[in-house]
Amino acid sequence: MSEWPLLSLLVWLPIAAAVGLAVLGQNQPGLVRPLALVATLVTFALSLVLWSGFDAGTSMMQFEERLVWIAAFDIHYHLGVDGLSLPLILLTTLIGVLIVIAGWQIGERPHLYLAAFLLLQGLMTGMFAALDALLFYVFFEAMLVPMFLIIGIWGGPNRIYATIKFFLFTFFGSVFMLIALIWLYLQGGSFAILDLHQQTIDLNAQVWIFLAFLIAFAVKVPMWPVHTWLPDAHVEAPTGGSVVLAAIMLKIGGYGLVRFSLPIVPDAAAALDWLVIGLSLVAIAYIGFVALAQSDMKKLIAYSSISHMGFVTLGLFLAFAIVRNTGEVTGAGLGISGAMVQMISHGFISGAMFLAVGVLYDRVHSREISSYGGVANTMPWFAMFAVLFFMANAGLPGTSGFVGEFMVILAAFHANFWFAFVAGTTLLLGAAYSLWLVKRVFYGEIGNSAVAALKDLSGREWLLMVTLAVLVLGVGVWPWPLLNMMEVSVQNLVEHIMNSKLPG
Amino acid sequence: MTIQSLILLIPLLPLIGCLTAGLFGALIGRAGAHWVTILAVAGSLLLSSYVAWEVFYNDLPVLNYSVYTWAVTDGIRFEIGFLIDSLTALMMVVVTFVSLMVHIYTIGYMHDDDGYQRFFAYINLFTFAMLMLVMANNFLQLFFGWEAVGVVSYLLIGFWFKKDSAVRANLKAFLVNRVGDFGFLLGIAAVLFYMGSLDYAEVFAATPAVEGQTIAILGQMEWQVMTFICICLFIGAMGKSAQVPLHVWLPDSMEGPTPISALIHAATMVTAGIFMVARLSPMFETSVTALSFILVIGAITALFMGLVGIVQNDIKRVIAYSTLSQLGYMTVALGVSAYSAAIFHLMTHAFFKALLFLAAGSVIMALHHKQDMRQMGGLARYMPITTVTAWLGSLALIGFPFFSGFYSKDLIIEAVKLADRPGVAFATFAVYAGVFITALYSFRLLYLAFHGPTRMDEDTRSHAHESPLVVTIPLILLAIPSVLIGYFTVQPLLFGGALADAIHVREAHDVVAALADKVTSPFAFALHGFVTLVFWLAMLGVGLATYIYLFNPALAERIRQRLGLVWTILDRKYGFDELYQRVFAGGGLRIADGLSRGGDRFLIDGVIVNGTARLVGRLAGVARQIQSGFLFHYAFAMIIGLVAIVASFVLLR
Repeated sequence: MSEWPLLSLLVWLPIAAAVGLAVLGQNQPGLVRPLALVATLVTFALSLVLWSGFDAGTSMMQFEERLVWIAAFDIHYHLGVDGLSLPLILLTTLIGVLIVIAGWQIGERPHLYLAAFLLLQGLMTGMFAALDALLFYVFFEAMLVPMFLIIGIWGGPNRIYATIKFFLFTFFGSVFMLIALIWLYLQGGSFAILDLHQQTIDLNAQVWIFLAFLIAFAVKVPMWPVHTWLPDAHVEAPTGGSVVLAAIMLKIGGYGLVRFSLPIVPDAAAALDWLVIGLSLVAIAYIGFVALAQSDMKKLIAYSSISHMGFVTLGLFLAFAIVRNTGEVTGAGLGISGAMVQMISHGFISGAMFLAVGVLYDRVHSREISSYGGVANTMPWFAMFAVLFFMANAGLPGTSGFVGEFMVILAAFHANFWFAFVAGTTLLLGAAYSLWLVKRVFYGEIGNSAVAALKDLSGREWLLMVTLAVLVLGVGVWPWPLLNMMEVSVQNLVEHIMNSKLPG
Repeated sequence: MTIQSLILLIPLLPLIGCLTAGLFGALIGRAGAHWVTILAVAGSLLLSSYVAWEVFYNDLPVLNYSVYTWAVTDGIRFEIGFLIDSLTALMMVVVTFVSLMVHIYTIGYMHDDDGYQRFFAYINLFTFAMLMLVMANNFLQLFFGWEAVGVVSYLLIGFWFKKDSAVRANLKAFLVNRVGDFGFLLGIAAVLFYMGSLDYAEVFAATPAVEGQTIAILGQMEWQVMTFICICLFIGAMGKSAQVPLHVWLPDSMEGPTPISALIHAATMVTAGIFMVARLSPMFETSVTALSFILVIGAITALFMGLVGIVQNDIKRVIAYSTLSQLGYMTVALGVSAYSAAIFHLMTHAFFKALLFLAAGSVIMALHHKQDMRQMGGLARYMPITTVTAWLGSLALIGFPFFSGFYSKDLIIEAVKLADRPGVAFATFAVYAGVFITALYSFRLLYLAFHGPTRMDEDTRSHAHESPLVVTIPLILLAIPSVLIGYFTVQPLLFGGALADAIHVREAHDVVAALADKVTSPFAFALHGFVTLVFWLAMLGVGLATYIYLFNPALAERIRQRLGLVWTILDRKYGFDELYQRVFAGGGLRIADGLSRGGDRFLIDGVIVNGTARLVGRLAGVARQIQSGFLFHYAFAMIIGLVAIVASFVLLR
């Protein structure tokens, strides 16, 4: 398969399908859904081919494709994967299939709805595979458009406020990244990410670049205090939009920190790690409390996402503190791997939880916790899945939610007892907001006539729930394949960031 | 078939049973569900017994092996694996035996329940999780089992999820346990940091090197690392084994069906903390400070929780407080380094306390789910088997000579007397006083439920009858070890070195070894038991209960009024629930609400985000006169253009 441009196929096949749907959809409404499903399934199958051909024994970029795009500025159409991007690409193609299944019954302009998602999927894959900084930037920005449309067209009543907030926040952040990239190009003469990794930069410049990147990626993660766009966006987004947003788009922030911030400006990252660690711990504890106060299920899950993403940013930036504390790098890789696993796991769990809310919303048309009560009486199977996913969200061992948090907490202890202590509060807060929701929505007597009339999962919903349950349990019981995929790349990254890039 | 694969079947059988009954319950029906799950547990019991036989009689060497590699990262191997030694073998037999009894009993107890299949699936799942916990050879799997039994406990306390009190109790149980787990997880993180591994054997090997190191947590105060680790781990045990002040969830867990009160909240899960400390004895032995802490916590629990048991009127709650108090005894034993005595009491307690709970359940069934002892009385006439077995269980509980509880409790008391470390004086008082208290509440229960004039209403009385065979047979089968197991196992387990491969005590701490010459034979020891202070304290409790509850019931009311304040304090359970409700639940929600409104909605969104937007809006008002349209329209145009450029490039290259 090596002669096939596999990564390009993964990027452009969904985009081509999106164009096809948009054009054909008007005349051939019956073909829309099958075509979208086939496109995502084929893409997913291709990503499995990618995985099977992937060599986990090297940190080198694989499946590279490189073509000159704008010769004058040395900008390349350059794609490739390593152990850090492959898991995220697999997550993207998988969620893509689930989104199509979940959106099967969208009534309003289904061809455009599915086209928007396919377009989004292609762009996100491109972003994860991009090895040219400007290409990355293009995908990074372009992604906003389909998401903007998804929320703006198929969203809830307050969607205009939500979309503008979403757009301005992320756009605001990315401008700084673009400036930083251009500065780097002017200094080093290359937009190739791997070249940027080698470029020497003095500390003052590193700090500015670090902050520029941080703003761009912190908004995406999102980190406290630039997180308030997320609950609003989730609340207004249709189910599929929420799933993509939580499962994949938030990961772009984490991926950016791994691909840009840490390796390009490691000295600034070491000097300013307290900032990221501090914000992460605030996210974990503060946002954990805020989640507890929510009365809207989607808002609760959105805040829960922010809190859980705090583990990603915490795990990524523990390395320097560990070295300062112990003089050794043992534990640094644990933190970064933990952060990566947390990203994948959060993709499954948050996706599953938003789908679960969608199952209820489709029937009762309310996201308010108080509109429910005793759902387990009328939807016992659904309740079983929901309890599993919310337990996974509370970090139950044996589910994927445990793996990343466990690794990050273990690593945090290497850096500082108090990091581990504050991070550990998620054990309590996560359980409190997750299970309190379960209690109020699923347990108790049947709350009202709408709950009494509920019908248990349809076959299509079963398929979604089973798939995600298998993944959540699979990664929880045996995370080895996932960790093995990224291990060498993570170790290489740790080694890389331990070397100063200051000139001289 | 190798012994390794047989051992693997022990936890897998109940897991398969759980999946079958849980997912295909509708297909296989009620009988199918109970047969599948019961056969699974029976298979586990048989295999466990075989393993125990090999370990205890054929000197099977300690097996310590990995089943599969969970993950390898950053040079750390996380394994799922088994450590099969005497301690594991003992626990496996106890867990599977009690579990089997409870499974059979459930056929009767849950006979008319809609969730019949679900219940069997849960208790099979519980058995799987508990086995994984006791068979673990590393901290990761220990934590997995630890949390998994917690989840099944959560599901079972809330089994009748329509009942508000049940779903309150299960949330409370889970959250209080999570407080303990918080400490436990920090302890595990410290273990990895200082010992570089989570594998028991490697950690034990690294322990001497860590001993003497210090850690500064807050300011300049230096802690011994081992003390820090052991106390963190023990905080986990305090949650799971319901030690003060993390005990509040256990009485509320009585909202669950009675079979699981017997299995989970008396015999097995709540003893996981005791088991853990005994399993990690090489670590706990290094810190007398931690052991003293354990000793005092255990003594407080043993004494004060027993006292609450005296004033309870709900039959299950009396037994629940009794369980707390007995767990306190086990913890005291751990605190004086008498790990084997703690495990011995764990075993005898598992039998007699499961028996008492199941007997209480038998009563509850007969009375159509009435649990208030004030509306019982005189049941002996209607339920002879239940009455006799409850008597046997109670005699074991109060430590009547020759009964199993006598050996285990007396040896804990003797061990405390011999010990020498901070806290022993208080603990000695607590365990002696506890004997009197135990006898008092146990016989109060027996008299109020089974003897004296009946206080049942006519309708209940006319329906009261002995429970069916599926209920009484487990009672009888549990009564046998409740009476006999102490007599037959005390010498090998405590003095014959049967647990020596698992429990490591420093010579200077070894109070159990010092007791060896006191217990020349189980018969002589029990005979001597009749002339000890402990025995007469128990008899005093029995006598007082007999006088008050059998001959002079009016006296109880008068004592209650005379005691006034004391009685109120006991009835309120020292106010822990109110305090926690107000401070932690209420306080936590207030903080949550404050941060949500004040932090997120007002400060960040209201002032900063929308404030900026308004400012920009005002400034843009000027710009707008020059250019119409919105910012994002321009951004859109730009982005769509960019995508088109890339796309055309790829297509046309």
